[in-house]
Amino acid sequence: MLARRIIPCLDCDLQVPGGRVVKGIEFKQIRYAGIPWELAGKYYEDGADEIVFLDITASHERRETMTSVIKKTSESVFVPLAVGGGIRSVEEAREVFNAGADKITVNTSALKRPELISEIADKYGNQAVVLAIDAKRRNTPEEGREIVQTPEGPCWFECSFYGGREFTGIDAIAWARKAVSLGAGEILLTSMDRDGTYDGFDIPLTDAVSKRVRVPVIASGGCASPEHMLEVFQKTDASAALAASIFHFGEYNIADVKRFLKERGVNVRV
Amino acid sequence: MIAIVNYGMGNLFSIYNALDRVGAGPKIIADPKDLAGADGIVVPGVGAFGSCMDQLSGFEGVLRKAFDDGVPMFGICIGMQVLFEESEESPGAQGLGWIEGKVVRLPDGVMIPQMGWNSLAIKRPVQMFEGISEGDMFYFVHSYYGLPKDRSVIAATTEHGVEVTAAVVKNNLFATQFHPEKSGAKGLKILENFVRSTRC
Repeated sequence: MLARRIIPCLDCDLQVPGGRVVKGIEFKQIRYAGIPWELAGKYYEDGADEIVFLDITASHERRETMTSVIKKTSESVFVPLAVGGGIRSVEEAREVFNAGADKITVNTSALKRPELISEIADKYGNQAVVLAIDAKRRNTPEEGREIVQTPEGPCWFECSFYGGREFTGIDAIAWARKAVSLGAGEILLTSMDRDGTYDGFDIPLTDAVSKRVRVPVIASGGCASPEHMLEVFQKTDASAALAASIFHFGEYNIADVKRFLKERGVNVRV
Repeated sequence: MIAIVNYGMGNLFSIYNALDRVGAGPKIIADPKDLAGADGIVVPGVGAFGSCMDQLSGFEGVLRKAFDDGVPMFGICIGMQVLFEESEESPGAQGLGWIEGKVVRLPDGVMIPQMGWNSLAIKRPVQMFEGISEGDMFYFVHSYYGLPKDRSVIAATTEHGVEVTAAVVKNNLFATQFHPEKSGAKGLKILENFVRSTRC
């Protein structure tokens, strides 16, 4: 049986040589966490099942910095690497794959041009395309929306793009379904309501998406403790849990978190 | 010299780095005639069975000779599947056929591709599994798996809806469905065992 995965996420600011890992709160306030390839190496040693790098500057000009970060990382990190942020074409995806990435995550560019998903999937396989969704609760259930029941009442989820700065009007769950039909092999699902709040994952959102699509879902946003990871694995079918701050600032070690989960019956790799 | 066969399918960065890390001093070989004299040969694999076999055709003769000569060989993922005679993925395409049997699709109802870490059930305690224990987890990404006629070639299996062939062994040939180069310290251990087998 497949293990539940624990994935640290490195939000990378590539405007300095070698890049730096930062962490925003509710997509805004920024805190400095370290050098990307060094942190990745530490997380690998601690037992990370996969590592996600997101270029938060999402800039074409910084692509070379990102590829050098990935090249450097893949010399000493032997678990899958996923890379995203501003990848707009198969050509750009290829540069990142050639640097050693196993998966590409797409978000804004796929919302603007959904065929990008099929183009990358056709060339590199579905497993190599991760669709990242930044979803925001809308408490005004409307006709034609995918409704999710929550303790706070029924709602739907709206996709955001440009790193949470703009909204699309697009239903996040409908978009997830469509992206999967286009060839996305995995969904990286971030709750904008929970991101940076330390209140735990958005369980109704994660549960709804992981039940309604047939690909693995990575839960993201709001994780502040091993208990939050336990909750998302016990209450939803999420394949993986992603976290940043709780690992970056030394609060928790990945190995300890995995032991905690294993002792409570979650199938994880230790 | 440990040769990584480069037949134009996907990037070889990860396998190169992993072999380098365990001291193999690997070389990426794109010309079949440069394979002569290799102490060990790694056949990686990405993509579909049929296109892999097309790309691999120039290497078929030298690989067969190396296999017959007892050169240690290691197939990974599609590099394992092409050892079989045929695959449901690419009807009509012929595999290398060094292992009798066919490659079949994972059953409906399970997540396809199988993508993630799964545990090994070891069927044969071969040298490649030195330092590996029952239940250790490895990284899999695949939609098809090999079903050998002679089940004694199965070195390990994993469970994904059905019992899935995870590793095969035949004389000097070893192959895994999982990716040792993406399977952390345990994966590196298997590659290290392979490199050691090329030096005895």
